[in-house]
Amino acid sequence: MKVLLIAAGLAVLACAPFAVSDYGLGLLIGAVTYVTLASGWALFSGPTRYVSLATVAFYGIGAYTVAVLNEALPYPLVLISAAAVGAAIALVVGLSTLRLAGIYFVIFTFGLAELVRQLITWFEVNVTGTLGRYIFLDLTARDIYWQMLALGAATIGLTAWINRSRLGLALRVVGDDEVVAAHSGINLARTKLIAFVLSATILTLAGAIASPRFVYVEPAIAFNPTISFLTVIMALLGGANRLWGPALGAVPLFLVFEWLSANFPDTYPIFLGLLFIAVVFALPDGILAGLEKLRRRGGEVRA
Amino acid sequence: MTLLAIDGATKKFDGLTAVNEVSFGLEAGEIVGLLGPNGSGKTTLINLVSGELAVTAGSISLNGQRLTGRRRDQIARAGIARTFQLVRILPSLTLIENVTIPAVFGPGRRTVAEAQEVALEALKQVGLSEMATASAADLTYIDQKRLELARALASEPKVLLLDEWLAGLNPTELAEGIALIRSLKESGITILMVEHIMEAVRALCPRVVVMNSGRLIADEATETALRDPHVIAAYLGEGADA
Amino acid sequence: MLLTTLILGLVLGATYALLALGLTLQYGICRIMNLAYGELTLVAAFLLVVLFKSFGLPPLVALLLICPAGYAAGWCLYTVMMRPLVQRSGARGRLEVDSILATFGLLFLIQGGLLVVFGANFTSISYLDQGVSVLGVPVALNRLVALVICVVAGGALVAALNLTRWGLTIRAVAQSPGSAPLVGIDVNRVARQGFALGTSLAATGGASLAMYQTFSATDGVVFTMKALVIVIMGGVGNVAGALVAGVALGLVETVVATAIDPGLTLAATFAIFLAVLLWRPNGLFGRRS
Repeated sequence: MKVLLIAAGLAVLACAPFAVSDYGLGLLIGAVTYVTLASGWALFSGPTRYVSLATVAFYGIGAYTVAVLNEALPYPLVLISAAAVGAAIALVVGLSTLRLAGIYFVIFTFGLAELVRQLITWFEVNVTGTLGRYIFLDLTARDIYWQMLALGAATIGLTAWINRSRLGLALRVVGDDEVVAAHSGINLARTKLIAFVLSATILTLAGAIASPRFVYVEPAIAFNPTISFLTVIMALLGGANRLWGPALGAVPLFLVFEWLSANFPDTYPIFLGLLFIAVVFALPDGILAGLEKLRRRGGEVRA
Repeated sequence: MTLLAIDGATKKFDGLTAVNEVSFGLEAGEIVGLLGPNGSGKTTLINLVSGELAVTAGSISLNGQRLTGRRRDQIARAGIARTFQLVRILPSLTLIENVTIPAVFGPGRRTVAEAQEVALEALKQVGLSEMATASAADLTYIDQKRLELARALASEPKVLLLDEWLAGLNPTELAEGIALIRSLKESGITILMVEHIMEAVRALCPRVVVMNSGRLIADEATETALRDPHVIAAYLGEGADA
Repeated sequence: MLLTTLILGLVLGATYALLALGLTLQYGICRIMNLAYGELTLVAAFLLVVLFKSFGLPPLVALLLICPAGYAAGWCLYTVMMRPLVQRSGARGRLEVDSILATFGLLFLIQGGLLVVFGANFTSISYLDQGVSVLGVPVALNRLVALVICVVAGGALVAALNLTRWGLTIRAVAQSPGSAPLVGIDVNRVARQGFALGTSLAATGGASLAMYQTFSATDGVVFTMKALVIVIMGGVGNVAGALVAGVALGLVETVVATAIDPGLTLAATFAIFLAVLLWRPNGLFGRRS
């Protein structure tokens, strides 16, 4: 029953491009992209509670790989290369930082995107001599939408599968108490690394799929730090520990931010900040947990 | 035969030697008390055996298999389970989930379905099976301690390390706790327990090892040890000649 | 050339060290990782510029206002925003993530406010910019003034922490917040003081930075990053470590900027950060676990 419902929902979403305007399709792509990013982020950061602020590092790496390779390789190979690059970098970053206490991890990821951006800028200016690159791919907005929808669905599917697997159980234990996890026989480094690399690969692919929309790519565009922050706040608003939480947080917040950045371009960061603070204070475990608590309280009152 | 062999285990922190060339062994099926005044290095020794800390020198082996130099999870999978001096439960998980984890990831490497049966059995053993689906965060202190023991048991360990598991219980709970550990003895498990409550040590441990200032000062039958002037002096302070 | 780099690096390093000192106080005492720290620094820097340009107040006088204002701001911030989070957290772990996220929001709030008021352009003042000769190297006087401010403020704090009863209380809370109440210490009060003091140091650092450097409303994140790197290099909560690491970072940055490429200063900062984390996770001067 539930599977049928999800399949039907997916089919409706897949047909949606035929029913909306170009502007509407743009919004759909944006919303689905953030659903994918937030869900992909939560795959690792949700259960482990390692708050990663490196989303845009991987997203940008995906976009940049496409920008570099789009004329050299056929499109499917470009996507595979992007995923491979993202996974490889995640492996290196994970191996070096996941042994560290959570706080160091946050700080490291906080600067990772900026580091990657500076390195690419420096490399492009001094070695290749080109700062901006163009992406000419024969892809329509609909193609991009369908690809992103497929990636988003795959991400949520993968999360559902992980939640039921040994890996999911191990990740939750890591999030609760790493010492207990280790003494229960869980290999901390491997558990965290697998989830981190999976999550980063999804984020990289999302950047690769979205990049043809930019047409013109340069480091400042591809590594816009706001993307990392939005991803975190969306996942937290919905509930990073729930399967559908990140998606639930992403859609309304994306629309709100679209509206804000169109109507209040100058005061936009202020709203972002207020929202962050509001979520932390009012809904620390996300909307879904908040609703549950409310319902439980309602039940107690009636009983 | 010797199941757990500790051979010259030493741990130094900067200038301080917390555990100093400690050697003793545990026979299979034995319950041994680890005694000593506060700061004598008991918990450090437990941490060395369970891999929480690495030895500076010496070796620890289980069934002839070297444990030193291995990671905590590898040592857990080799068959060493432990509880913590300050109780550590997994608050966001249910009781049954808490206990299922070591059965899945521990020496048994069981499937989740099998592990749940093992976990339920362990919860029954400690008397918590009725609350299996409750959240671990809602437990009382004694029940948290029980849960921690169940978690250690569910890994189906060869050796169980209890770090003051009986501390902080009221007299009724203490009697229950002692009965519970005694019931474990029948299942043939080997236990090394750090304990300050002499009543419990007398009731449970035929043999004790005693530490003072990082060194092993006695390894003998419990009744002998508790009359041993060295042991008494250690508890009363260096100056006191009892 | 080398000497110039050394002296400029020393000045920059002293400012960084002072900034890091505030951050390490806040984290060490309150266990709050304040990601809006750089923004608080910037507010002070802009305040100095406004006081100087619009009211004609000499920067050194303005500093006397900004320093206590920073303390007051930190005090209010802790009471209104951090205290509820501390009270809510109870069990371990929660506060770190909550405080990171909340101060993250604060970061955007302040940055947005600064952008609205001052725009995204670079700002600077010209104050005491005549050169003086130091060991034969011409150095702008404003840099020397900034250096003196940092040395005095940092030195006074280190002395106070190590020599006074108040410092002992602070250190006790930093060591063991759980057992400090047992000896009659009001942890909440000390934490509030620590947070306020940290903010005051951020403000002092920002004000002294504004005397010799150009900056813009979006620079806060970079200040926070650098302060964090220094804190980690020096060992969290380690005051002496933060001082040494701050100076070291200032030197490295100046050398990289003059010898290789100014665009790679942050990359250099990060490379050091990573190296330290991997080599000594508890900081250069921390204890090995």
